[in-house]
Amino acid sequence: MNKTPLNVLWLQSGGCGGCSMSLLCADTGDFARLLESAGVRWLSHPALSLGDGRGLLALLDDCLAGRTALDLLVLEGAVLRGPHGSGGYHRLAGSGRSMSDWLRALAGVATHVAAVGSCAAYGGIAATGPNPTEACGLQYEDDEAGGLLGAAFRARGGLPVINIAGCPTHPGWVVDTFASLAAGRLQAADLDALGRPRFYADHLVHHGCTRNEYYEFKASAGLPSEQGCLMEHMGCKGTQAHADCNIRLWNGQGSCTRGGFACVSCTEPGFQDPGHAFDRTPKVAGIPIGLPTDMPKAWFVALASLSKSATPRRVKVNAGSDHVAVPPAVRRTRLK
Amino acid sequence: MSRLVVGPFNRVEGDLEVRLDVADGRVQQAEVSAPMYRGFEQMLPGRAPTDALTIVPRICGICSLSQSVAAARALSALAGGSLPDNGVHAINLMSAVENLADHITHFYLFFMADFAGEAYAGRAWHGEVSRRFAAGNGLHARRAIAARARWFTMMGTLGGRWPMSGSVLPGGSTRALDGVEVLRLQALVGEFRAFLEDTLFAAALEEVAGLDSAAALQRWHAREPMAGDLRCFLTLAQDLGLEQLGRGPGRYLCHGAYAQPDGTQPIPAGVWDEAACRLEPLVLQAVSEDLTHAWLRDEAAAPRHPSQGRTEPQADKPGAYSWNKAPRLDGRVVETGALARQLASGQPLLRDLARREGGNVRSRVVARLVEVACVLPWVEQWLAALQPRAPYHQPCELPAHGQGVGLVEAARGALGHWLAVSDGRIERYQIIAPTSWNFSPRDASGQPGALEAALVGTPVPEGAAQPVAVQHVVRSFDPCMVCTVH
Repeated sequence: MNKTPLNVLWLQSGGCGGCSMSLLCADTGDFARLLESAGVRWLSHPALSLGDGRGLLALLDDCLAGRTALDLLVLEGAVLRGPHGSGGYHRLAGSGRSMSDWLRALAGVATHVAAVGSCAAYGGIAATGPNPTEACGLQYEDDEAGGLLGAAFRARGGLPVINIAGCPTHPGWVVDTFASLAAGRLQAADLDALGRPRFYADHLVHHGCTRNEYYEFKASAGLPSEQGCLMEHMGCKGTQAHADCNIRLWNGQGSCTRGGFACVSCTEPGFQDPGHAFDRTPKVAGIPIGLPTDMPKAWFVALASLSKSATPRRVKVNAGSDHVAVPPAVRRTRLK
Repeated sequence: MSRLVVGPFNRVEGDLEVRLDVADGRVQQAEVSAPMYRGFEQMLPGRAPTDALTIVPRICGICSLSQSVAAARALSALAGGSLPDNGVHAINLMSAVENLADHITHFYLFFMADFAGEAYAGRAWHGEVSRRFAAGNGLHARRAIAARARWFTMMGTLGGRWPMSGSVLPGGSTRALDGVEVLRLQALVGEFRAFLEDTLFAAALEEVAGLDSAAALQRWHAREPMAGDLRCFLTLAQDLGLEQLGRGPGRYLCHGAYAQPDGTQPIPAGVWDEAACRLEPLVLQAVSEDLTHAWLRDEAAAPRHPSQGRTEPQADKPGAYSWNKAPRLDGRVVETGALARQLASGQPLLRDLARREGGNVRSRVVARLVEVACVLPWVEQWLAALQPRAPYHQPCELPAHGQGVGLVEAARGALGHWLAVSDGRIERYQIIAPTSWNFSPRDASGQPGALEAALVGTPVPEGAAQPVAVQHVVRSFDPCMVCTVH
């Protein structure tokens, strides 16, 4: 399909490998062919390549010396700058050199640079709490531009770091980004204000949520496994989190909200430190602090109180049950 | 004596460096180093206890569900709560989905690709092995990725997604299934069974699970030496003498797995002693972590029980060579993983193999695959045991003070979380992961870790920079370095 494949070098640092594991769950009958069709050629991937360690170190040298074209440098996991800025919390095995140092050098010769996962993009879980390893993203530290490469960084191809944020990333987000790059179809305008590809970041997790009728009536779950909306009490940030998780489902028919637990907005910078327990919605005077994106507060309050008083019994009962206790009434739906 | 630094490894979760002293064509001494630190044990104190359920799955992308279950169990132990039967089954199902998928990932993607490499060109089996397992393009490796992805759609329904599901809680699972969903999951299990029986075993699962001795395995193999991928592995293992490689310490730790609503465990907890052929009780108080050769501050210098454990980085510590602590059981080194589980559960083939040849590259791989054949029929039973419209979750009130321990068997072996809560906040959180055991550095007495000892004697051909036998020994443990250090 694509004449010139995209040479992809995928490295891992301060992370869990979960984005690679997720990638292997791509919805396809033949993963190798899917990537080939997308125009991807692995220079190296930690889970998929045969090459031994010496081969990888030689490859890195070849990329730096320009002997091998590095079309796309991918980092999975945060950049670990500690202790004391030395990068010593991760020295690439066999090289004695800190991974942060390798990354800075390789980013300088790559046509494109992508951060796969919220750790590589913004610091993510690796940066939580006291951030013991001085973790940051390639071009961000939480929502502050900067990170390892600096706010002004542009890869040779002209784009800033492409932040395929998520914890983990949906396999489709990664494959579609790679395919867009290989096809020459990813431009600066295709990234949102936080560097995320807009094809998934222009949606909210709320879009396509199966709990939307409960949301409309503010019929809320109070306990785990209940079917009601998770926003009012259970900490759900689906109305604010940028991602298409309930449109492009996970592992077949899944998503966090479909799995019965709150969206923790894992595609957003700083999601790891929400300032409250993940499983509780913080409120002021009974009103959740985190209101739906783009919704004026007064309108939210007015609509919520109106819709609560209009909640059908079915919706109220089912919201507090783990299965459909009251089915919808059976009615003729054609014109009378 | 020459020194060889092996690494970075690929097809290993996370980064790993192995330093070898080589003389007379063999490894004389090995140092295993985990070169990356992340600091989860520093991140968790001060947070709401339930935050652990969101944070700890992110320790490990390949066993995130096992990390969730360990945290949920530690919290449940703190609360003294219990789970409804459906919750027990749902969590066992999710654990089995992850564990079996990990075994398939290891065998097809991480382990077998090495035998398709050029080091073995010229062996009678090399052409066929390359066709099946070549990295990136082997026919069976590709089939396995597809079967694995399809198998993980079990998790889409049971737990919303994989990895990083949030559905496992101290009181059960957040996701109740309806009747037709159970039917759909049963059909998915049928598809996975077909992949295993067609491609991996070329035999019924029950036939593989029923192999009851080394002699029975040999007969089964000799009948059709290249039928299915397990027998293909046995063929090359025999040719290369893989039973001679990577001898383990002979003591095997198992936390016990798949506890049923009535409390019984098909895989019991215990320590299998290879020499005595006996399952000894697991005494948790005998677990300690030695920091002598870890880049971690250790003023007391005495090993600590994880309930009193500390984690404070000291990158310039003299004599240290890994971010991993050195866990010990009663001061001794143990090995953990599928082989330990199969020995604890009394699977006769693995007990016979261990008695004859101990833990080694071959028996570890056989244990993993036999475990797949044993566990899938249990998955079928647990799905059938789910009661429609009965609860999956029971609310569980957490006290403001107390301690809890959560033990699970992840794919790679014994995983433990030790939690202390004070004033409603996490006061201490200590984790010992399977590869922390298997890939530990030396302790204060100089006793090497399981892999360090297993590497001694491994052949290193003249001029080999990354000796392939070393790769086999390392990968036979199915290491996960991101868990190891956390």
